[in-house]
Amino acid sequence: MSSAGNSQLNGAPAIHAEQLCRHYLMGGTVIRAVDGVTLEVRAGEFVALLGSSGSGKSSILNLIAGLDRPTSGNVVIHGRNLAQLSREELAKYRLHTVGMVFQSFNLIPSMTLTENVELPMRFAEIERGKRDTLAREALTRVGLQTRMNHRPSELSGGEQQRAALARALINRPQLLLADEPTGNLDSHTGTEIMNMVREFNQQLGMTVVMVTHERALAERYAQRLIFLADGKLVSDEANSAFVTSGGTEQGRR
Amino acid sequence: MKLPDLAELAMRNLRESVLRNSLTTIGISVGVASLVAMLSLGIGLQQLASRRLMKSGLFDTVVVTSRRDLRGFNREQENSGPAPGESRILDEATRLEMERMPNVLEAYPDIRFITELRYEDKPHLTMVAALPSSAQSTDAFDTLQGHFFSSDTAPEAVIQKAFAEELLGKTPKAGLDETNVKELAAPLLGKELTMRYAQREAAPTAPAIAGKQNAAAEEGLAGAAYSVVSRELKLKIVGVADLDPESMRGPTRARVFLPLKLAESLHVMQPTDLREISRAATDQPVYSSVSVRVKNPSQVQTVEDAIKKMGFNTFSILDASRSIQQFFKVLDVFLGIFGSLALAVAFIGIVNTLVMAILERRREIGIMKAIGASDGDVKRLFFAEAGAMGILGGIIGVALGWAIGQVINLGTNVYLKRQSFPPEHFWSVPWWLVAFALVFSFFVSLAAGLYPAGRAARLDPVQALRYE
Repeated sequence: MSSAGNSQLNGAPAIHAEQLCRHYLMGGTVIRAVDGVTLEVRAGEFVALLGSSGSGKSSILNLIAGLDRPTSGNVVIHGRNLAQLSREELAKYRLHTVGMVFQSFNLIPSMTLTENVELPMRFAEIERGKRDTLAREALTRVGLQTRMNHRPSELSGGEQQRAALARALINRPQLLLADEPTGNLDSHTGTEIMNMVREFNQQLGMTVVMVTHERALAERYAQRLIFLADGKLVSDEANSAFVTSGGTEQGRR
Repeated sequence: MKLPDLAELAMRNLRESVLRNSLTTIGISVGVASLVAMLSLGIGLQQLASRRLMKSGLFDTVVVTSRRDLRGFNREQENSGPAPGESRILDEATRLEMERMPNVLEAYPDIRFITELRYEDKPHLTMVAALPSSAQSTDAFDTLQGHFFSSDTAPEAVIQKAFAEELLGKTPKAGLDETNVKELAAPLLGKELTMRYAQREAAPTAPAIAGKQNAAAEEGLAGAAYSVVSRELKLKIVGVADLDPESMRGPTRARVFLPLKLAESLHVMQPTDLREISRAATDQPVYSSVSVRVKNPSQVQTVEDAIKKMGFNTFSILDASRSIQQFFKVLDVFLGIFGSLALAVAFIGIVNTLVMAILERRREIGIMKAIGASDGDVKRLFFAEAGAMGILGGIIGVALGWAIGQVINLGTNVYLKRQSFPPEHFWSVPWWLVAFALVFSFFVSLAAGLYPAGRAARLDPVQALRYE
């Protein structure tokens, strides 16, 4: 999982959003969930999208993830304009370029952890034997080697989110998108998860975009804080409190 | 997604809500079973009918008559073609010609005459007809008491039940025919019948009328003569037929049957002999009609056309068989429609189950899309689930339909046995019906999956994931 290793150094734009708009029609009124947002994220950056609920942060994340299409404007990821991709190409993009983590983990309840982690590889048509090895490797990496054949309902929230992380990274994406990843976790397990995310960001050079409404969490882990309100970008600043090395945050707590 | 993965996921999903999916599958099975049951009944009945009719020898026979006899069954036939007087004579040469035609099994002359038969010195007048040895395979002789002619020339007779009653001086009761043929046959088998008949014998040319003799001799026709001699022949009764082998002939049906070659050798005076006097004076027989047996009923039409071209009138029961076939086609369609109704209900069941599954698995579909499943992957997954239910339901349904058929067949045969009828096999599940039912059930299920699968594929992942 180190193919994207050096991209942090060259700082090329991983995400470029230009005048991004996403409007919904709801009962005759237009909801401007995202309203003319322009932003750029360099490869290897750890960016937090902050704002209260309804500020449009999750909508932007969905647009970057290729789960949704903008009403107007462009999202360019590693030089590819998502607005111009077909549904099929968008699915391929989600499969290979993006890894997603959600607040509610979103593991498939009827499948064991191994099967959940294997699922993206099934869509990628990776052969069975290889799939199994990779899934076990990934689960071991997040410390779930003893839980591989358990179903999500048999696990704690932290364990579920770790499995979700393993699943998000299984196809070696360049982009990790996290939507309130600690929202359903207590602070201790939340920290555990966030440390893993940071590890992937720093050791694998993965670009991370995290949506959160917790400013403290964002300040502890993100290099950049982007504030949103009513679908508009309010501020975009480097995190002054950010410490590059992951070693000291235990003392800061 | 690769096919094995697709199948694995589909089976896993089916197992997840096992009750609902089993019920849907049972619904399909019942649909397929009723379809199979209905169609196999239709096919079975049709096979039974054609088996019976085929055996009766009616459907593979073309009756050929000469136009000279004005005895065609078809007005149109008579009005077209050569005039009766100019048309061909049905003699031994033409009979051989017909026998040599492709697809013809045999062509035998129809020899029948009314004559007197004496039994224990009592005279009985009845129609006598000749039967070729091939006739013994027709179903009319299925229940024959005694045996068929030992050879084609043996001086033997097979008599019909009604005639047997007459010989024994019994009068048939009105109403249901309940005569016991065995009882009738016992005193008659091996007994002797004396047949008196008029034999035609070629005679030397009649004394000429003065002056015209030479001219007549040159033509070789006028002055031809034959004599009619009364003869007697002793016949041994070898068989008593329960059924009437000539039931379709109506008033001209015979009650006593002789071997064909024997009958031919008798040169019994025929009605046409009076008209065809010049030919009757020779030993060459002229036939009033010839029955042509064809290898397969489907070839009757071609053979009939060919014989018509030779200039004869023909008759076959093909037209009747056509309307019987049509009847069974209509019956099959109706049975198929009733069978399909159950399958239509099953179809709606599948649609319902899958639509419910989409509602239930909305989130799962959203997750799969978020982690990279394409529209096609989701669609194929739902298709695979529908197809799997279809295949499984089809297999169970065919087995069930077959079992239903067996039970009904068994039940009906018990009933038939009680009514002292022979058992019948009127239920047939041919392999093509099995294959058809399986394929049909599979494709009906896929069609039922069409809408739900499309709906699942179009599901907006953002919407699907929003619901907590």
